[in-house]
Amino acid sequence: MSTHNLTKAALRAEGLPRRRAMNRLMELVAWLAAALAIGILVVMVWSVARRGAGALNLDLITKTPVQFNFGNAPSGLSNAFAGTLVIVGLATAMALPVGILVAIYLNEFARPWIRSSVSLALDVLNGVPAIVIGIFVFGLFVVGHGQSGYAGAFALACLMLPLVARSTLEVLALVPASLREASLALGVPRWRTTLSIVLPQTLGGIVTGTVLAVARVAGETAPLLFTTSIVGTQLHWDPHHALQTVPVAIFELSESANPADHAQAWAAALVLLLFILCTNLTARWLATRSRRKITTAR
Amino acid sequence: MAGHAQPAEDHDGPVSTIDRVVALQAQKRTLPPRERLERIFQVEGLDALYGGKPAVKDVTMDVYKNLVTAIIGPSGCGKSTFIRCLNRMNDLIPAFSQTGTIRYHGQDITARDVDPVAVRRNIGMVFQRPNPFPKSIYDNVAWGLRVLGLKDRLDERVERALTQAALWDEVKDRLKASALSLSGGQQQRLCIARAIAVEPDVVLMDEPASALDPIATSAIEQLMHDLKSEYTFVIVTHNMQQAARVADMTAFFSISRGDEGARWGELVEYESTEKIFTDPSDKRTEDYVTGRFG
Repeated sequence: MSTHNLTKAALRAEGLPRRRAMNRLMELVAWLAAALAIGILVVMVWSVARRGAGALNLDLITKTPVQFNFGNAPSGLSNAFAGTLVIVGLATAMALPVGILVAIYLNEFARPWIRSSVSLALDVLNGVPAIVIGIFVFGLFVVGHGQSGYAGAFALACLMLPLVARSTLEVLALVPASLREASLALGVPRWRTTLSIVLPQTLGGIVTGTVLAVARVAGETAPLLFTTSIVGTQLHWDPHHALQTVPVAIFELSESANPADHAQAWAAALVLLLFILCTNLTARWLATRSRRKITTAR
Repeated sequence: MAGHAQPAEDHDGPVSTIDRVVALQAQKRTLPPRERLERIFQVEGLDALYGGKPAVKDVTMDVYKNLVTAIIGPSGCGKSTFIRCLNRMNDLIPAFSQTGTIRYHGQDITARDVDPVAVRRNIGMVFQRPNPFPKSIYDNVAWGLRVLGLKDRLDERVERALTQAALWDEVKDRLKASALSLSGGQQQRLCIARAIAVEPDVVLMDEPASALDPIATSAIEQLMHDLKSEYTFVIVTHNMQQAARVADMTAFFSISRGDEGARWGELVEYESTEKIFTDPSDKRTEDYVTGRFG
């Protein structure tokens, strides 16, 4: 099919300039799409930073909020940061062991049809809107008992569970079967093989998945509105009571009539954004490290 | 080509693989009659199936103590499937099933109430590709010992196993180094050391040298020969010269074809290695060992 006549006229007759133009156009469209994605992120981070930077100071994380603050009394959101810390920490403590055990069961012990159906269930759970989980936990724990940090943590744990289980499952699948066989052929029981040979290989991946899940739920508002949002301005750490959280605080401050509150909401948003950025970068770094470790173990 | 097992004896020059072969051949003692050998495995009417389709059909053979038994045959004849039945490794494959009996020292290890972990504790295995743990050289051998409760004189046991696997001299100065830093041949010998450290009764080897160069291969063959007074070896190999060099008994598996493209492996002939390679009774064995296999 190819021609040996490479003159411009012959190539034009073949439609080469048209194909070349099409190629350029497509390249441009793809480049624009990529630029758009990055652009949105840059604009968002920049606008949050521009409006939040002014109110960003140490008081934000050390002082409790002052209500009706029309003067210049030092005011902060320490109660919200403390609450987020406690609630996300509790949620991780709930979701991590369950998620890891689910993944181990699915990858090491379950029959194929159980594995595929539970994986599907995890994906569905992952797709459940956060607000629905909030209502579910509201009906389960809050009605008749009142709001609490525990209820909020449980709601976040429901969001974290599929993320942790899925990411653990992925790294477990990367561990070569030959390593399991090596251990089993020695006459080592399966639980011991899983614990001592398989799991150490996946630690990096599990940490990565957990860090990503933490970053994801730390900014969740909807499930917390129902479960842990009716709060005062005092700083306290006891999850038996409702605790203020950063996303809920941002939500409430942004509805305020006071411009000082708006600035504080932007500053809190900036802190949250920086936290999520940092955790994501950490997760990436951990992921490349652990992948290298597993692949060299092959 | 009946002289396959007896390589040219007029070969001169530096120590070569050929010389090794000659040496191994000379070391081989003649086998006593089979009735006088102690049977370690008695396999009877073994069918192995994947997802209901037979991979191996109707295998009946005995494996004798302190001998090296080779399983040879073309690709897809079920050699690996068969050897993995002997220590219940196939249990790990969900769609696998088997019928027939495998008696190990008289006890049927295919029975439901037999613990596969206990079976594997006695019957170790070395795999086709070296699969050391991502631990230090020392820990690769010591881990199994610790887990299985053989904690006394740990250093001594590790050294003994590494010496038996002909690896000690090469690694004694860097026992703390990662096992993954070893060459392929060294890794495979480490895997053998790991398998024999826990003092199994039988060591199954599934094409242990197929990924190795000739020097590493001959090291492994030599160590099998040296260790067979202590262990019983069953080795799967696609390399006929290897079987001729190391094995006392050889089983030839072949592929049979049925209706609608069905194919399965079956045991064709099981005899002393010398007989298999010089005077096979089955035409298919003769075709295979003389290289006329089609």
